[in-house]
Amino acid sequence: MSTKGPQVTVTVQRGGPEGPGRKQQFQVPAYGSQTVLDVVSWIQQNADPTLTYRFACRVGMCGSCAMMVNGVPRWTCRTHVSKVLQDGAMELAPLRSLPVIKDLAADMDPFFDKWVSAEALHHPTASRDDPIAPIDPDAPERVTASAGIECINCAVCYAACDTVANNPDYLGPAALQRAWTLYNDSRDGAHGAILDAVTGTGGCQSCHSMGSCTAYCPNGLDPLSAIAGLKRAATRRFFGKGKG
Amino acid sequence: MSEFHLYMAQRLSALVMAPFVLVHIGVMIYAIQGGLSAAEILGRTQGSVFWFLFYGMFVVAVSIHAAIGLRTILSEWAGLRGSALNITALAIGAILFAMGAQAVYAVTATGAA
Repeated sequence: MSTKGPQVTVTVQRGGPEGPGRKQQFQVPAYGSQTVLDVVSWIQQNADPTLTYRFACRVGMCGSCAMMVNGVPRWTCRTHVSKVLQDGAMELAPLRSLPVIKDLAADMDPFFDKWVSAEALHHPTASRDDPIAPIDPDAPERVTASAGIECINCAVCYAACDTVANNPDYLGPAALQRAWTLYNDSRDGAHGAILDAVTGTGGCQSCHSMGSCTAYCPNGLDPLSAIAGLKRAATRRFFGKGKG
Repeated sequence: MSEFHLYMAQRLSALVMAPFVLVHIGVMIYAIQGGLSAAEILGRTQGSVFWFLFYGMFVVAVSIHAAIGLRTILSEWAGLRGSALNITALAIGAILFAMGAQAVYAVTATGAA
């Protein structure tokens, strides 16, 4: 490949589940409006076809392509190289706090297992034979729920969270935020089970309110406030008040 | 005791401690203004049921609060788990209580005026 024109120096963490392997450096041609995912794809297509990474939609909807860019978790398809370069270089690594499948592809299983552990799944109150439940979009609980439903499951918050990094039991911001949206959803039929799940080992009480989840969420969501909401709801229940 | 109960115990002990801390610091600053000697201070605290209850409850709250907080830190920073974690935290709470109780006893209960 041509090495003329402006170049970006990219260091990529290679390796598999046995632990981080060597770091490999690539010189990648720089383009205007180039995203970090463009850089990774260029390496895979032009320099080293064995480089493993994950992506799907390329437009910030699917949550597949998150990785550590210069030590910070980012959705790489919507991150411009020009915004993250440090002295003309950047370093890429798989998402923090998750096992590695290979190179830049993290194993998302623990992340999604914790969604289930947090009861962050819908508990139906009606069947398909029932009439569609009317939902008032302006009802306070619905507004609270709606604030958190645009999560794309990218695990950027999970990788950003120092509590996740230090406490393997902690359910993490995404699962807890999902649980909070369902707790505020009038169609969900197991608010008590949700509170039981999010106050178990590694539940909402493990959060230290450091706020990295909210600071790094690429969709501008606020898991920190969602977790604070769960803490308040669980405290109300502790004193015999509130629902659930 | 579940993690959430420990969380509530730590919050409630903080709630108890907050006014105690303010009164403790306020009285300390007030007491040294006129150059009170240790003997004069002890003369006011020894035999005082109020100060015995005040600092007695303070010590209980501190022991609970600090032991739970250090339990979290030991878990996240030192990787302690299971019974090693719980026994260490309990020991910390017991040592803090013993030291505090000894001080409260010396300052308020002995040598009743």
